[in-house]
Amino acid sequence: MEKILEVKDLEVSFQTYGGSVKAVRGVSFDLHKGETLAIVGESGSGKSVTSQTIMKLIPMPPGKITGGQILFNGDDIVPKTEKQMEKIRGKEISMIFQDPMTSLNPTMKIGTQIMEGLIKHQNMSKQAAKTRAVELLNLVGIPMPERRVNQYPHEFSGGMRQRAMIAIALAANPKLLIADEPTTALDVTIQAQILDLMKDLQSKMDTSIIFITHDLGVVANVADRVAVMYAGQIVEMGTVDEIFYDPRHPYTWGLLASMPSLDNDNKAELAAIPGTPPDLTNPPKGDAFAARNQYALAIDFEEEPPMYQISETHFAKTWLLHPDAPKVEPPEAVKNRMRQLSSTFDQAVLVKEGK
Amino acid sequence: MAKYIGKRLLYMLISLWLIITATFFFMRIAPGNPFTSEKQLPPEIEANLNAHYGLDKPWYAQYGDYLLKVVKWDFGPSFKYKSQTVNDLISEGFPVSFILGMEAILLAVAFGLILGIIAALKHNKWQDYTAMIIAVAGISVPSFIMATFLQYFLAIKMGIFPVARFETFMHTVLPALALASTPMAFIARLTRSSMLEVMSNDYIKTAKAKGLSQGVITVKHAIRNALLPVVTYMGPLTAGILTGSFVIERIFGIPGLGAHFVTSITNRDYTVIMGVTVFYSIILLASILLVDIAYGIIDPRIKLAGGKKGE
Amino acid sequence: MQISKDKFQLVGTKISEAEKISKPSLSFWKDVFIRFRKNKLAMFGLVLLAILIFMAIFGPYMTEYDYATNDLTNKNQAPSSEHWFGTDDLGRDVFARTWEGARISIFIGVAAALIDLFIGVLWGGISGYKGGRTDEMMMRFADVLYGVPYLLLVILLMVVLGQGLGTMILAMTITGWINMARIVRGQVLSLKSQEYVLASKTLGANTSRIMAKHLIPNSMAPILVTMTLTIPNAIFTEAFLSFIGLGLTPPLASWGTMANDGLPAIRYYPWRLFFPAIFISLTIFAFNVVGDGLRDALDPRLRK
Repeated sequence: MEKILEVKDLEVSFQTYGGSVKAVRGVSFDLHKGETLAIVGESGSGKSVTSQTIMKLIPMPPGKITGGQILFNGDDIVPKTEKQMEKIRGKEISMIFQDPMTSLNPTMKIGTQIMEGLIKHQNMSKQAAKTRAVELLNLVGIPMPERRVNQYPHEFSGGMRQRAMIAIALAANPKLLIADEPTTALDVTIQAQILDLMKDLQSKMDTSIIFITHDLGVVANVADRVAVMYAGQIVEMGTVDEIFYDPRHPYTWGLLASMPSLDNDNKAELAAIPGTPPDLTNPPKGDAFAARNQYALAIDFEEEPPMYQISETHFAKTWLLHPDAPKVEPPEAVKNRMRQLSSTFDQAVLVKEGK
Repeated sequence: MAKYIGKRLLYMLISLWLIITATFFFMRIAPGNPFTSEKQLPPEIEANLNAHYGLDKPWYAQYGDYLLKVVKWDFGPSFKYKSQTVNDLISEGFPVSFILGMEAILLAVAFGLILGIIAALKHNKWQDYTAMIIAVAGISVPSFIMATFLQYFLAIKMGIFPVARFETFMHTVLPALALASTPMAFIARLTRSSMLEVMSNDYIKTAKAKGLSQGVITVKHAIRNALLPVVTYMGPLTAGILTGSFVIERIFGIPGLGAHFVTSITNRDYTVIMGVTVFYSIILLASILLVDIAYGIIDPRIKLAGGKKGE
Repeated sequence: MQISKDKFQLVGTKISEAEKISKPSLSFWKDVFIRFRKNKLAMFGLVLLAILIFMAIFGPYMTEYDYATNDLTNKNQAPSSEHWFGTDDLGRDVFARTWEGARISIFIGVAAALIDLFIGVLWGGISGYKGGRTDEMMMRFADVLYGVPYLLLVILLMVVLGQGLGTMILAMTITGWINMARIVRGQVLSLKSQEYVLASKTLGANTSRIMAKHLIPNSMAPILVTMTLTIPNAIFTEAFLSFIGLGLTPPLASWGTMANDGLPAIRYYPWRLFFPAIFISLTIFAFNVVGDGLRDALDPRLRK
């Protein structure tokens, strides 16, 4: 399958009063055409920064790309100027934001907000753009689009606004859609509708999606592959099955164990991950997760773990995969769901040294 | 819309009634006021006052008379000058003050907006610092001091502008500048902070993610939203220009209503003070009403039917 | 890379390590001070203010001339080594009068700010804390007063009450406190619904404890800023009133009366107007930038 996006060793930092915060520390992943990649992590793990950097939407300064490449269709985005980026944003790559209440301009009609992108990227006339805006509103499931197109955001409910946001994002048929926690601010019942809509539209338009979330439950529904981020790094990445049924990184175990599930019997308690994420002004030595990790090894406090490959698609960054590491038992809730996957290598292969 | 305006008009009338009543009783208790019987007035003035207010009647009758006269737009005779009525003063002085005030408002709004928008777009750069130092200086130098400086340096010393009086357009430049300096500074600061606030909003990011250029985002998304708080400042702006005119007209020898008002204060010309105060209040309340209506038109979230911000 | 086997020992969590705060923790006021100090304009204002206050206290003693003594043989003298700022139309020393004026202006500013603070905190505090009908009525009253244009009302009051220092402060504070009351009420209302106040209520803290521990410290910042910005406003109002002939009565010297006296002579003796004019502007400027600096330094949302 064709690779649409390749992120290589991306590093982003922010200059603040307290010093420079290394928000993204060497992130690499790729994305194929029509594929959905979910990026999962706690707040502050760098997942939003990573995704906004792909569109160069982070404020620069204080933000700065300090290293790495972002290849979109083989073309590096990092050195591009603002003018060049304007041709990519909205046309090639689009974004949906978390809070539909604040991400629409309150004093501009919904229709006009959809039309802006069409006029800019597809050279449409105002009239044609308006007709297309009505079609798009219809496509995202907003009833009476002819009327709705002339209304203002405050006349829309939260779910409707997010549908309108999706219409704006998809207006110019982008090849890549980045959805930054698109359902977090919505009611649970609405969440499912929006997710269904996104899946439906993806199959119609053959768009690739990067789906940012902190909710593993959502991931299982929408994603093909999952990347788990912690403290500005990807700690584990694999297909949905690999992450859910054969997780290898203790942080992924923690996330899975803290997720309520109907399959579990009542006896299994929800396990919380103790402590808080590290301060990225001064990232800790060794593994950033070590201090919160009940499976931490002595070496975790000294050396950053390397990336190991467990299957063609499955990677994890933990010393536990080192041949000398002790065999540990994952938490009960995770152990219960573990399955033997056929694609797994006999032995984890070291693919990249830690720094 | 009509219902909303009707409601606002009603409130306006109540406020106005309060102000008229307060001025009437203030003037009654003021030392040497026209409503006491033991006063030493030229007979013509006494006759005028008697005819107008019925000074031999009890106070409530006088008050009733006064209210009635105000409704009929008749502010009565001057307390000091026998041949003059307050109406004369207003119709003579107000057009002059109005021209000056409008010029000042235009100056203040135009330069205030430009300064504020530049400062916000160049946040934390030298343009921002320069604009904000100009603004803080504009706020700190009272208009009457600005006026004397402008007069001394640009008119008396350099002779670029006429020193005083109100004849040609050139005569209006310095007084309008002096009147505009403080409100301009306020508008610049307000616009800047409002622009910065708006620029940090998510919908600006949405617009950027659409691929719109910085210029289009600023003009179509940021400025319109940033203008909303500036519009609300138009009420206080009118009040500021109005009170500013008291001193500016005096400094530049302009025969406007403000200068007349100050003279009437110095002379303790109570009926003029009363009448002009009521007149000023009407203007202010009307301008506040206009601002409210304008706001309702600009911000679609406000339903003029009387609702609050929708959310 | 060869790593010795004992490094692969299971050691588990070190939560104390994870919770360790790597940045030194700063007390609120220390943090405010650091941020204020970084603001060059505000620091400049503070130094200017210190000089002005110093001169207001000691200035009148630096010259042998008295601010109120007439000397008709030395009328309208230009600034010289004898009379540093020149003399006015009655031969009074402008330097001495300027610093006497500084005393009066600063006194009026501080007095007005303190009275506003007192009434405003009381009114706004009660209104916000009681809520309901009390709040409704108290704020309606304030709204009505607030609707009247400030300077117009002050002028009317000065006409009615007669000129003088006391009546001027009274006239200014009759509506001046409303701003403070609104800010205090707003603070109290928003703090009242904050989770940490609810939390301490559930823990059984009584009203006075909540007031002392939560409301007052948290409302300090906006109150302080409002006060700092009330002072220049009062100084301006005094100068304005004096300038239209409603100010202090002679021989008292305020910057406004000095400017008013100097205006007719601007063509020939400009210093009589310029010295008070410059010092009014400098003082208002200093208070404004210090107030702005405080507001920026106190706003924790800007903390990064």
